[in-house]
Amino acid sequence: MTTDTLTPSSAAAGVDYGITTRDLNLWYAKFQALKGITVNIQKGIITSLIGPSGCGKTTLLRCFNRVNERYGYVTTKGEIKLLGKNIYDEDVSLIELRKSVGMVFQRPNPLPLSVYENVVFGLRIHDDKGLKKSDRDDAVEKALTEVGLWNDLKDRLDEKAITLQLEQQQKLCIARLLPLKPEIILMDEPCSALDVSGTRAIEELMFALKGRYTIVIVTHNMAQARRSSDECIFMLMGELVEHSRTTDLFITPKNRKTAEYIEGRYG
Amino acid sequence: METIETNQPSSSAVLTPATAPKRGRRSAAAVLGERCIEGLIRLCGISAIVFVFAIFFFVFREGAPILFGGGTGGHGVTEPGAAKPSFDLAKFLFTKTWYPTSLNTPRYGIGALIIGTFSVTLLAMVIAVPFGLGAAVFLSEFCGKKVRETLKITIELLAAIPSVVWGFIGLTVMNVVIQKVFKVQVGLNVLNAAILLALMSVPIIVSIGEDALKAVPDSYREAGIAMGCTRWQLVWRVLLPAAKNGLLAAVLLGVGRAVGETMAVLMATGHSVNIPHSIFDSVRTLTATIAAELGETAEGSDHYRVLFLIGILLFTITFIVNLLADFAVKGIRKK
Ligand SMILES: Nc1ncnc2c1ncn2[C@@H]1O[C@H](COP(=O)(O)OP(=O)(O)OP(=O)(O)O)[C@@H](O)[C@H]1O
Ligand SMILES: [Mg+2]
Repeated sequence: MTTDTLTPSSAAAGVDYGITTRDLNLWYAKFQALKGITVNIQKGIITSLIGPSGCGKTTLLRCFNRVNERYGYVTTKGEIKLLGKNIYDEDVSLIELRKSVGMVFQRPNPLPLSVYENVVFGLRIHDDKGLKKSDRDDAVEKALTEVGLWNDLKDRLDEKAITLQLEQQQKLCIARLLPLKPEIILMDEPCSALDVSGTRAIEELMFALKGRYTIVIVTHNMAQARRSSDECIFMLMGELVEHSRTTDLFITPKNRKTAEYIEGRYG
Repeated sequence: METIETNQPSSSAVLTPATAPKRGRRSAAAVLGERCIEGLIRLCGISAIVFVFAIFFFVFREGAPILFGGGTGGHGVTEPGAAKPSFDLAKFLFTKTWYPTSLNTPRYGIGALIIGTFSVTLLAMVIAVPFGLGAAVFLSEFCGKKVRETLKITIELLAAIPSVVWGFIGLTVMNVVIQKVFKVQVGLNVLNAAILLALMSVPIIVSIGEDALKAVPDSYREAGIAMGCTRWQLVWRVLLPAAKNGLLAAVLLGVGRAVGETMAVLMATGHSVNIPHSIFDSVRTLTATIAAELGETAEGSDHYRVLFLIGILLFTITFIVNLLADFAVKGIRKK
């Protein structure tokens, strides 16, 4: 498969969807973690996923780049389309899929390499053949500039990435996705290991990236979902309870359970 | 917590025997017994250190006099009037004539033996490192649980084969195979011994290497996978850099094993003092020399002391190798 199979093929009803799922079910061995999830996530906006611990947010997110499959005991049923392309089609290569879908993890996980090597990691594993050193240097500068690290790190590119502060590490984890020009960025509680200023920095970064990328962010922090997302999905016990514009969901939730959750009755 | 538990001694003693403070309720005999066991365990722990030092002291005591006192003239008796030939350490290490039993002018040059040991070890590592690390990667990343368990048991079995059995295989099987395959006169040579040593160090490299790979945080793997690594790229670009200290330690411990091995090399190298020019030349190693000759020497003679000196040298080499492995495991990050 080539990348162009993941570019939008249709603009259904005037809205472009980045991610759509239909009746998605997932089992960890016998335990069903996702139950009949049908959702349409708009392209180019930030969508947040909220819900109490263990409701399946991470699981759902990890379906979108199929990393759940690294555990042999996971079964997935249903349909997932990214930019109109079914990711379970025969002709979809996992490598290309993951190239176009970036993921940021809960704990910053830069690789045990230098800052520079972390940023060019994606280029190295995907299409290093035609690249010159100057291309890589440019990619590093561009990506680090975009996440606001260039000024701090331009003289420290050879340092080990794991020696950076957590906030810088998390930004680096975002920066390393950018040279591959992903369409979609998935973030699993990207701020949970960071302090207030780190959280703010990552949120600002998300705003800066919005539009060019479809961003899905899992968060436990209601205020963060409110501040930073355009749409919001509320999940409970593996089911999707409500999906609407963030302002609507927080001000006039349609479902009683959503209302109870955002009021803090459980979670 | 503690005050609560001491207030209800009976229940806490039943529920949490490990953590509850129970001294006050125990009989003196039980306390004494526990003390004794504790002391015994401590003794076991310390004994390792004591033994190492005792062995080193003994080897040093037997070998060192020749360094400081010079030769005694061959058979433990100082010939009256004869000028003591002073012992020259540089000559000992760097000349290649080993004639310890010559009546008039015994010469103790272990240069050829050192080269023999190193050539065999080096070739063994050239064979064992790719195999061992490859197997470690396969075990920890590529195979299912059943295959892994089976392979691990098999590899442990490999480690359990006594070295004299390896030597036996070298002497009978490998000897013939090498003669046939490579069309050489003698099958007892560097290659033969190196293959045996490789097979003997592979289990160490595999098990320690696998531990090192297992210790790589899963978050690195997830990062690599989510970026679209193939399995091979994951190994090459993520796991090997992440585990390199542990893998280096695995290799060094394998080296230590190979340097110290005696019986198999004694039987498989051909045991002739010789500087090898190809892997089909026979050599002799430091360890094999001690094993073969120590029984024949008179206690306290020069020859006897020189063999102990070789022991000190071996001791030092393996000590340094192990120390390096230790540093590698801890990772000397600050540079
Ligand atoms: N690898 C796994 N193997 C087995 N069960 C799992 C695995 N990962 C998650 N689960 C189970 O699936 C359910 C959903 O987990 P998931 O991690 O998606 O929840 P979450 O909403 O992300 O929770 P949190 O907010 O705590 O991160 C949980 O009950 C969890 O125990
Ligand atoms: Mg989660």
